[in-house]
Amino acid sequence: MRIVVKGLAARHPSAPATGAGSTPALKPLTLSIAAGEQVAVVGPSGAGKTTLLHALACALKPAAGSFELDGVDPWTLPIAQLQKLRGRLLLAPQAPPLPPRQRVITAVLAARLPQQSLAASLRSLFYPTHIAEAEAALARFDLAEKLWDRVDRLSGGERQRVGLARALVSAASLWLVDEPLSSLDPSRAALAIESLTQSARERGVTLVTTLHQVDVATRFPRVLGMREGVLQFDLPSAEVTQQRLAALYAQYEHELHGPAAAVADAFTDGPRPAVMYCR
Amino acid sequence: MFWTLAALVLIAPALVATEFKPWIMFEPNALKSTRRFIADFFPPKIEAEFLWLVLRECWRTVAIATAGLALALVLAIPLTLMSNSVLSVSALTGRMHRLPFLARLALRWLLIMLRSVPELVWALVFVRVVGLGPTAGVLAIALTYGGMLGKVYSEILESDDAHATHTLLRNGAGRLQAFFFGLLPQSAAELTSYTVYRWECAIRSSAVLGFVGAGGLGQQMDNSMKMFQGSEVATMLIVFMLLVGLADYVSARLRKVLA
Repeated sequence: MRIVVKGLAARHPSAPATGAGSTPALKPLTLSIAAGEQVAVVGPSGAGKTTLLHALACALKPAAGSFELDGVDPWTLPIAQLQKLRGRLLLAPQAPPLPPRQRVITAVLAARLPQQSLAASLRSLFYPTHIAEAEAALARFDLAEKLWDRVDRLSGGERQRVGLARALVSAASLWLVDEPLSSLDPSRAALAIESLTQSARERGVTLVTTLHQVDVATRFPRVLGMREGVLQFDLPSAEVTQQRLAALYAQYEHELHGPAAAVADAFTDGPRPAVMYCR
Repeated sequence: MFWTLAALVLIAPALVATEFKPWIMFEPNALKSTRRFIADFFPPKIEAEFLWLVLRECWRTVAIATAGLALALVLAIPLTLMSNSVLSVSALTGRMHRLPFLARLALRWLLIMLRSVPELVWALVFVRVVGLGPTAGVLAIALTYGGMLGKVYSEILESDDAHATHTLLRNGAGRLQAFFFGLLPQSAAELTSYTVYRWECAIRSSAVLGFVGAGGLGQQMDNSMKMFQGSEVATMLIVFMLLVGLADYVSARLRKVLA
């Protein structure tokens, strides 16, 4: 999927639209990504990387500017069409979005829902269809033997990889992956990123990934550097020098060298009120 | 000291308004009639034929509760699905659109209305409409419990972690698909546990509904009381306590299994 971004700015959904604290998390940004391209987004925490992904995934309404996916501005579409377009892209949030009491196979196959009728998806809830496909996707992340396990029996890293395996069974042509390696050890991380990029290449899928590990990011052909909501550089990875990275991470050096603490997903709300079960 | 005084000041008008005079119970006249009423209870009536009748009415009480709850589910499940805000596509990105918002609000109000009329009142209405008997009880429980379940189901669904559901919706899944693959596995245990608990409540309440003529154990108890058959009332009270205890036990066990 081809992406053309024109002066796109976006704001965290809970931020006020005007007054103090209304500076958008993503300041006006212009760039274009060709179909099948693979792009890594780096930058210190709070740089607006996740906001950029959410905006591109149509999960966040732009505060200003616009963008086009395959030449269509999603926000001019009626909501049913927009939902259909959302079915052609896959947003993998940093916190794996898996219900704890679900089987791994069901969680993985949930990525096929946009392409399935309600009846077909309900049938697959009881008698999973496309088992081989799910198993192959999990195998790419070294998890094939967990196919029939329940999600709450998995470790944090395993859950994260199940979340990534979802991308491989979906029919999406744009993958927006947020911090895919945040709870993986280095060897697993290498395997995971290898599987992601290779499958994206095989299918001609456009891949945009935010990353905290700059050494992994430089394996991508193209790297975007972001800081405080502004695009600092947009370069082929060969030109991403240590000086540029040092400037990008100034005052955040610990994130450049060590893994950053896992940040909560941008969309989890604050504590919810307790439910009163009285009549 | 201050709080004690404040409490007294607050409670005093309530006591006056409710004509709270517990000493009336201990006046000689009252004591005499109490004694007579209690004395009537002994011995409880245990003729085989009567016990058989009580058991049949007991079963009918359980049947009213179960049928009423089943109908309530038919009412509550679609209303929950339509009225809860987790499955809103427009609310994913900022505010919910006006029309769906108003529709959800209207359904919420419907649920609140249904459950805020006590089942006893619905039973009185339906006894007029469909006549004396269990049908009125079933309909009364269906309406009140439909509202109750619908509202609490919505609250359970909205209080749970919506991350999985929202991710599915954001990736283009339909609302019902997102419900079955994201929301339901997240909250199924809590929903069933609450339903079982309500079934237990419905058994107790269907016995009370009998007093206004909606069938079951309550109706028999009412008849016996009006005939001053203390021994029959005693038997039925004992059976009713056993029934409630049993329902309590079954529901506790079921909920433990589900948790």
